[in-house]
Amino acid sequence: MSVKLNTRQVGDVSVVDVAGRITLGEGSSALRDALRDMVGKNHKKILLNLGEVSYIDSSGIGELVSGFTSVTNSGGQLKLLGLTKRVKDLLQITKLYTVFDVHEEEASAIRSFA
Amino acid sequence: MAVLRMSNQSRHEAETVERFLDSTLESVDHAEDIAVGLAKRAGFGEDDLTKIGMAVRESMVNAVVHGNRYNANKKVRFSVSKNSESLTVRIADEGEGFDFENLPDPCAGENLFRSSGRGIFLIRSFMDEFQIRRLAPGGLEVVLVKRMVSK
Repeated sequence: MSVKLNTRQVGDVSVVDVAGRITLGEGSSALRDALRDMVGKNHKKILLNLGEVSYIDSSGIGELVSGFTSVTNSGGQLKLLGLTKRVKDLLQITKLYTVFDVHEEEASAIRSFA
Repeated sequence: MAVLRMSNQSRHEAETVERFLDSTLESVDHAEDIAVGLAKRAGFGEDDLTKIGMAVRESMVNAVVHGNRYNANKKVRFSVSKNSESLTVRIADEGEGFDFENLPDPCAGENLFRSSGRGIFLIRSFMDEFQIRRLAPGGLEVVLVKRMVSK
């Protein structure tokens, strides 16, 4: 399995549950397409749940950054939920951890969208 | 006890795997699997296996995508070898190369939001040694080394 994405609505927040590998090819393309689709449909509050992401490479990191930029530029907010140690370590190494608003609990993450 | 002795012996035995791989993303997965398998047999721990796997993946992506540009007529020469002290990975493409001496720092403020340019930075972060050189008549070769006792 490469990656599986499932989008659900919690109030006015769109939660994207991501599972599997976000690597160059199918994984990063699927994430890019999902985020583009949501921006196109004017979703303003997006929470990416990465709790089941087993692997992410530099291409996947690039998609997270692109998604963040594109959502922010469209006047929305993109936040991250449930980082595994591997993903957290990568974001810290690349100095991106503080760029993202990262949450551990879904309920508090949902509440944080003002 | 006999099993333990065999296991230690296997760890210290020198071993090399070499492949000529197609310029495809499947080759990236294949190379990562081979390198991690050999690293596991060498006795590297989980954390190091993850780092080795990612460094090989990033290097293979550079060779397949940026070097050979998915050209079906170009191959990637991949080899990984272990001895009692370290694991060494060599990856060579047949591409036109790039200006690896002037890569922008992906962690600098002006580059932080770029969607690419983090691969070599991650490879350097994960491995103990990283060398890159131009090949004649064309192509680039990278050499990655992970020592059993990391610096």
